[in-house]
Amino acid sequence: MKRLFFGGIHPRYNKEMSLTSDNLTTVTPNQVVIPLKQHIGDVCQPLVKVGDRVLKGQKIGDGEGMCVPVHASVSGTVSAIEPRIHPNGQTIDAIVIDNDFKNETVEFTECDTPLEDLDLDTLVHTIRESGIIGMGGAAFPSNIKALTSMGNVDTLIANACECEPYITADDMLLRTDPEPVIQGVLILQRLLSPERTVIAIEDNKKTAIKILKAFAKKNPSIEIAVLPTRYPQGSEKQLIQAITGKQVPPGKLPIDVQCIVFNVSTFAAIHNAVRLGKPITERIVTVTGEGVRDPQNFIVPIGTSFDDLINAAGGLTDDIDRVLNGGPMMGIAQADLSASVVKATNAILCLKKDPNFKVENSVCIRCGKCLNVCPMRLKPLYIARYVNAGNVEEVSRLNVADCVECGSCSFTCPAKLPLTDKCREGKQMIKEEAKK
Amino acid sequence: MNLTLATSPHIRGNFRTNKIMLDVIIALIPALVVGVIVLGLRALLVAAVSVVSAVVFEALWCLITRRKLTIVDGSAGVTGLLLAMTLPVTVPIWQVIVGNFFAIIIVKALFGGLGQNIFNPALAARAFMMLIFPLGITRYEGLDGVTSATPLHHMVMPATPNESLLDMFLGKCPGSIGEISALALILGGVYLCVRKVISPRIPLAYIGTLTVLSLIFYKTDNALIWSAYSVLSGGLMLGAIFMATDYVTSPVTHLGQILYGVGCGALTLIFRYFGLYPEGVTYAILLMNAVAWFIDRYTGFARFGTKKGGGNK
Repeated sequence: MKRLFFGGIHPRYNKEMSLTSDNLTTVTPNQVVIPLKQHIGDVCQPLVKVGDRVLKGQKIGDGEGMCVPVHASVSGTVSAIEPRIHPNGQTIDAIVIDNDFKNETVEFTECDTPLEDLDLDTLVHTIRESGIIGMGGAAFPSNIKALTSMGNVDTLIANACECEPYITADDMLLRTDPEPVIQGVLILQRLLSPERTVIAIEDNKKTAIKILKAFAKKNPSIEIAVLPTRYPQGSEKQLIQAITGKQVPPGKLPIDVQCIVFNVSTFAAIHNAVRLGKPITERIVTVTGEGVRDPQNFIVPIGTSFDDLINAAGGLTDDIDRVLNGGPMMGIAQADLSASVVKATNAILCLKKDPNFKVENSVCIRCGKCLNVCPMRLKPLYIARYVNAGNVEEVSRLNVADCVECGSCSFTCPAKLPLTDKCREGKQMIKEEAKK
Repeated sequence: MNLTLATSPHIRGNFRTNKIMLDVIIALIPALVVGVIVLGLRALLVAAVSVVSAVVFEALWCLITRRKLTIVDGSAGVTGLLLAMTLPVTVPIWQVIVGNFFAIIIVKALFGGLGQNIFNPALAARAFMMLIFPLGITRYEGLDGVTSATPLHHMVMPATPNESLLDMFLGKCPGSIGEISALALILGGVYLCVRKVISPRIPLAYIGTLTVLSLIFYKTDNALIWSAYSVLSGGLMLGAIFMATDYVTSPVTHLGQILYGVGCGALTLIFRYFGLYPEGVTYAILLMNAVAWFIDRYTGFARFGTKKGGGNK
C-alpha cells in the first residue's frame, strides 16, 4: 500500500466490538455537570445561578477573550456551581443541572437561506454562539479557526479517519446521520471558498465509505479520499501530508500551507447550528474496551458522567485496569469517574492490563524501530538518551518540539521504554531552559 | 476499584527484545547446520560451549554486581553463537571460553551492558583471539579433515581459489564454522528481513560496495570471477548479514546505515589487499563500529516541514 505519511504503526483496532447496532441509544442521566471550559482558551463565567430553571439549549456560560459559550444539555434546575473534575485531569468550575426529564428546549430559529446568500460574518457569529469547538479532541474554537483562515484556504478537509483503535463514534455518525455532515461541509465551503474540498476516511470503514461516495455523486465539488488504514493517519499534519503532499512547517499551523481540517462531528454541529439554530447539547460517544461489559455507542447529553455511561454499557469488569478519555494511543487516564463528557469527548475506553507491557530487560538496544515509525521524522532513541543525560542543547537539536505525542514510538519499542514520556520531558526541559 | 493512572500510550505492540534475539538464533541455524555437515560434529560442540560460556559469564557478572539477571533477554546467547560462527572447527575448547570472557565481560559488560557497547562483542573477541591465539584460530580444515588453505589464502597470492563458485556458494569449502555457506547465510538473512528484524540496507550496501570495488580493482584475469570469489570467500557474508547489522553497534538512520555498509565494504577490501591477514571483515566492521554514533549524529531525515524535508514550494 502506498505510504502517504512517514512512519506509523498498525495496532489491533478492535473496532467491531462497539459496532453492535446501527440504532443508537440516547442516554438520559439524572444529572449533568457542564464544565465552564470545554475549549482551548479562557474559562466562561456562569450566566445562571443556583436555583434557576434552565431549558435545553439555553446558554449558561460565556465570557470575554478566547471563549466559547456552553449550553444546558437537558432542561432542569441548577443545583450547584462549583469546581468539578474535568476529563483532562484539571478541576474546573462547572454548572450542575438536575434533569427534570421534561426535555423542554429554548426556541431554535431555523434558517433555510440558500448557501450563496448566507452572510459570512453571521455564519462565524453563529458558529461561536452555538459553542462549536473541534470535536475530534483538540477543542479549538471553530469560529477563530475559520476566521483566521478565511480567504487563504486552498484545501478544506473533513477528517473522518478516526485512526485510534477502538473508537467508532465518527463512523457511527456517518452511518446513522450523514446528512448534517455533508451540509456542514457545504456551509464551510461557502464560508472559506477552498479550491478543493475533501472528506478523508480510512479504508476500514466500508459502510461509511459507501454512504459518503453516494453523497459525493450528488455533490461533485466534494472529493472522497479513501486512505490506507494506519495510525496516526487522522493526525492533522499527517492528514494534510496525505491529501496535499505538503508538510506543515515547524511551529506553524495548517493555514500556513493553505489547509484547514475539521472533524466530521464538528461539521455536523455547524449544520445544526446554522440550519436548525441548535447549539451543541449532545454527541456520540463510544464506550468500549475489553473492560466494559456491553461496548457500544451512545448519543450522550454533554455533562453526563463517565459513571453513568459506563453503567449504561453494562459496567466495568472485575479485572479493569484503566479507564481513558479518548483512545488507547493518546487518551487520558481517569482517576475519578464522576468526570463528565465534554464536547470533545469521543470515547470512554475501559482497558484490561495489556500483557505486551512485559519485558525481560528494559534497555535501549538501538534497534531504530522508534525512528522508523515516527510520523514527524524524529529520533526518539536519542531524545530519550539525551533527556536522561540532562543535555538540553542536544535535546533541542533533535527537534523534539515537533513531537505530536502520538505514542507510536512507545508502542513499537521492543524494550518497552517510555519514549513518548521522554519526548514530553524533553519539551518541558526546553521550556524551563527558555525561562532562565 | 483501583484505576491505573499512567501516561499515553496505554497499549504496546507485541515486539520484545528476547523475541528479536530468538529470531537471530533461528536465522543462524542453517549456517550452523552446514558447518556441522561439512566440518563435523565438533562444530556443534564449539557452538554449544560458546553459547553456554557466554551465558554463564553474563550470569556471573549479574550475580557479582548484584543486578537483575539479564541473560533472559537472549543477547548473551546470540553473542556466544556468533563468536562460534567465526571460529575454525579445530579451535581448542578452552580458547572458546577465553574468547567469550573477553566478549561478554570486557567488550559488553564493562562498557555498560546491553545497548551500551561500542564494539560488536563477538567480532572484538575474535580480533582479540587472533592476537593471543594466532595458531588456534587460523588453522582451517577442509572437507576431508585435512588442514588446508582457505579460499581467501589463495586469493592473497593472488590466484583464484581451487573450489568452484558453486561449491563456495553451497558451503563445500574450508573456513570457519559459520562462514562457509553463502546460501545458508542468505536464507538466514532473508528470514530476518521478512521478520522485520533487520533492514536489507546494510548487507546490500556492504556486499554491493565490495562487489563494485573488487570489480574495479581485480587481481586475476577475469574481473567478474574475481569479484564473485571476493564476495563468497572469507567472512564477508557472515559479517555483512549478521555482524554489521548488529543493532547496538550500527547506525539507526537510513542514510547512516548505507554509509556504514559502504564504509565496511571499502575497508574490507583495503584490509584484504594491504593487511597482514587474508581477512579484512573483522577489522573493517570494528572500525566502522567506532564511527557509528558519529554517522548517526550527522545523518537522519530532514526536519518535517522544512524545504529539505520535501513537499513544500
